Amino acid sequence: MIDINESVMQFLLAFVVVGPLLGAAAALLPAPPGLKGKSPEQAVLRHGVTVTGAVLIAAIVLALGFDHDQPSKMQASTDISWIPALDVRIHLGIDGISLPLLVLTALLTFLCALYSYFKMPAGPAPKAFVALLLVLESGTLATFAVLDLLLFFLAFEMVLIPMYFLIARWGGEGRSQAAWRFILYTLLGSVVMLLGLLLIGLKAGTFDMMALATDNGRSLTTSVQVIAVLAIGLGLAVKTPMWPLHSWLPDAHTAAPTVGSVLLAGVLLKMGTYGFVRILLPIAPDGFRTFAPYLAALAVVGIIYGSLACLALAKQGAKGDLKRLIAYSSVGHMGFVLLGIATMTPTGVNGALFANIAHGLITGLLFFLVGALKDRTGTTDLDTLAAETGAALYGKAPRLGGLLAFAAVASLGLPGLAGFWGEMLALFGAFQPAEGLSRPAFLTFMAIGAFGTLLTAAYLLIVVRRVCMGALPQDAPRLTDVRSYEFAAWTPLVVLTVVAGLWPKALLGLSDPAVQQLLAGGTR
Amino acid sequence: MSSPAQPLAASLVQSVDWLAIAPPTIAAVVALAVLVADLFVAEHRKALLGWTSVAGLAAATLMLLPLLDGDRSTFCLTGDAAVCSYTADRFTLVIQFLVLGGALLAALLSVTALKDARKALPEGEYWFLLLSSAAGAALLPASRDLATLIVALEVASLPAFALVGLKYGDRKSSEAALKFFLSSVTATAVSLLGISFLYASTGTLYLTQLADRVQDVDGQLHTLADTGVVLTLVGFAFKTAAVPFHFWVPDTYVGAPLPIAAYLSVIGKAVGFSGLILVTVVALPSYADVWGPALAALAALTMTVGNVGALRQQATRAYSAVRLLAWSSVGQAGYLLVPIAAAAYSGDAEKSIGSTVAYALMYGAVNLGAFAVAALVGRTKTLNRVADYRGLYASNPLSALLLAFFLLCLAGLPPGIIGLFAKVTVFSAAVDAGLGWLAVIMAVNVVIALFYYLQWTALLFRAAPEGEAAPHRIPAPLTAALAVTGVLGVALSGAPQLVLRFTDTGLF
Repeated sequence: MIDINESVMQFLLAFVVVGPLLGAAAALLPAPPGLKGKSPEQAVLRHGVTVTGAVLIAAIVLALGFDHDQPSKMQASTDISWIPALDVRIHLGIDGISLPLLVLTALLTFLCALYSYFKMPAGPAPKAFVALLLVLESGTLATFAVLDLLLFFLAFEMVLIPMYFLIARWGGEGRSQAAWRFILYTLLGSVVMLLGLLLIGLKAGTFDMMALATDNGRSLTTSVQVIAVLAIGLGLAVKTPMWPLHSWLPDAHTAAPTVGSVLLAGVLLKMGTYGFVRILLPIAPDGFRTFAPYLAALAVVGIIYGSLACLALAKQGAKGDLKRLIAYSSVGHMGFVLLGIATMTPTGVNGALFANIAHGLITGLLFFLVGALKDRTGTTDLDTLAAETGAALYGKAPRLGGLLAFAAVASLGLPGLAGFWGEMLALFGAFQPAEGLSRPAFLTFMAIGAFGTLLTAAYLLIVVRRVCMGALPQDAPRLTDVRSYEFAAWTPLVVLTVVAGLWPKALLGLSDPAVQQLLAGGTR
Repeated sequence: MSSPAQPLAASLVQSVDWLAIAPPTIAAVVALAVLVADLFVAEHRKALLGWTSVAGLAAATLMLLPLLDGDRSTFCLTGDAAVCSYTADRFTLVIQFLVLGGALLAALLSVTALKDARKALPEGEYWFLLLSSAAGAALLPASRDLATLIVALEVASLPAFALVGLKYGDRKSSEAALKFFLSSVTATAVSLLGISFLYASTGTLYLTQLADRVQDVDGQLHTLADTGVVLTLVGFAFKTAAVPFHFWVPDTYVGAPLPIAAYLSVIGKAVGFSGLILVTVVALPSYADVWGPALAALAALTMTVGNVGALRQQATRAYSAVRLLAWSSVGQAGYLLVPIAAAAYSGDAEKSIGSTVAYALMYGAVNLGAFAVAALVGRTKTLNRVADYRGLYASNPLSALLLAFFLLCLAGLPPGIIGLFAKVTVFSAAVDAGLGWLAVIMAVNVVIALFYYLQWTALLFRAAPEGEAAPHRIPAPLTAALAVTGVLGVALSGAPQLVLRFTDTGLF
């Protein structure tokens, strides 16, 4: 959109990745004179807001400077040799697939830092909190920016330790066990993924994603591709998470502090699906084709399973936890993303990428809202909240209730909001899967997935009915309505949800050329 | 000089390349000097001995620098200048650097430990034993015949037994020394028997000649040669503390003075696996189909047993921190064995060996660092339980951060980037050699290991228990050891190429 010098773009991208790391180191040092603020706690939280804000600005400038006429071309790319012995290169770059995810990550982390500035989660001193948040940001941003398989693995692992500590130190009930589950599951997955990455790198002779994508699997035999896809897919599927490897997710979400849940759902899960699109689809297409029907089958099982679990949790007397419910709904939503990827068609993959972003925005918002609800009422248990008649949030805190209802209908995929396009396109892709994939099977998956949208609508409407509606007793205490800092943290998400819903071309125009090229293989 | 025209006397007198053998020689000479000086140094000046030894080890390490320009050999056969007993090639230099540098760090830890022990440990003997063991360990990677190899091995390990049992009147210490001694001597006897079989069937002790001749052994002597190979390997496997020869490790580490445990965990391992590499890859490449699967199975067993053993340590048991490090070092020995096993299968054995060397360098730096922090904590909390590390961050933030970093390096997770990439090279050696099953077992082990390393790390940042003592000053030698290991770890994390280049270039 605006013309920015290529070396400035390179610097910006490097800054986006490295900046948070430097910020994390700085957060551990005592504040310099002049920046001491009211108290050390306030100073370090402000530091977090400043650094994430700077990174967000850099990401937005990157998006503005991005050549929107050539979204399939890697831009702002840097390529420096780092470890020649392992052939690891610091190769960074963004295209139409990674740019939206990069901006989403920077935005969500900034909003989380802003939210924590006013509402620090209960737990130890905020110094470590800010440092961990920044390391987490650096790891996720690096995952979307790097173009080297081993560097991707490094970035993938980098988020584990910060997220573990965020859950284990600032989380709620059962946090220690949930944190362990999270890190052990993910690590087991990612070590297996490393084996797959090494297999590809050693057999093809390079770890460079661009070179491998151009090669399009021609230098890898089918059996190597099959093994590699199985190993890498396993690691990515744990992260995504795909049914039946999802069981770490509900616990982690339930125990994590609000900002932890927001980042986990909004950003960390995307690392898995991004890996599918960036690594598996272009680099090992033959192997992926072998597993695509199974992936699609597991994806639709995930859709149905997630919805049924949510329905069960939403039922009266089930003692369902709202955070757990949203976590299960994530399993369902990520099922749509995986289904879209499994079709191996431009339509499906575009839909998957769109649903990725939409899920990040909407579920991030939902977790923020539920966290706010917990602050006010002290519980996220649906039965305690709603009792017999309903929590009557519309009456007690109308704005909060309205926002919750908005996020819920966005999540169920109401046309005109962000949730609609991604899932629609994913199902549409399944209607006409890529050549070599069984059409009847995918038609069945499509039908089941479509049924899943009905179930999704059902449980979300039940939630809205139980939490937002209900008779308001005369003597009921009013809850504090949305505070100004909450407005500040949530408005961007609401606005983007509407914009993405009304103007999907903004995102699809970016991702489509890049996806076309990835699937066709080779650079244009 | 080996031309037949020369007089007989000249051909018998070898010219010795003193520069090449300087590193182990300096260590040995300083050892003797310290032992003698101990007799004449007044009681209150005994600390001088320690600093002399540290200086001697530093000098020995520095003497590696002039050797960097190229391969040197000495003690060669007068008839055949290509067959030598002592070779200072890249492999030798790297391992000597690891051994002498590791001994230097252990010596720094010892200075404080001896001062704190207040004459409970005899200083002169202590330094003599430490330096002689280091001299033997430095000789080992350079030796290129089986006799020198065994002599070096014994010079490295005999003083170690004494060091383990050095604590006066400590029952546990002597028991540990006895366990260590008995099992080690058995292993040496076994490998000596094996070597004699090999000599009987091939008529040579030189590794390169052995490699040639063992391939066409007389048919009648085949069984003898095979038995010899197996027995020799068993002996060397013991020195790496590979399962099932690992049982002495935890008790020995707990019984020994802490710096000696640190020394054994790194130098003991380096000695074992460099001997193993010389015997397998250099001397017996033709038997790759025998030692390859055996080492692969051994590696899998070792890492599993070591990690499960570490996992089972209770945080509140006495000395559990040292025990945990001991068991985890068994697990790490398993990772070190993986590339050696892979060398049997891959076309490029040197590349695989390079992975072991790179991993060992990483492991040496961070494990000694972890021991340095343990020594620091052990000064105030003599029981050295894992539970004693709770809240270390509150009382001593820097050393807590360092320990966390070292543990994560050992676990192989960012921010311990060097640990991660060292593991990646090991994995890649296994995958490259087609040992997929071993890579998968190692993957599972990495996850098990993460559990206990991270549990310990998490404990450091918990709230400190009530009634915490005020932070005390850290003695200068400990600070130096912590600083060196910390800087090494961080520098390597920024530029892993520094150690990983050994996977890329020829070592021999």
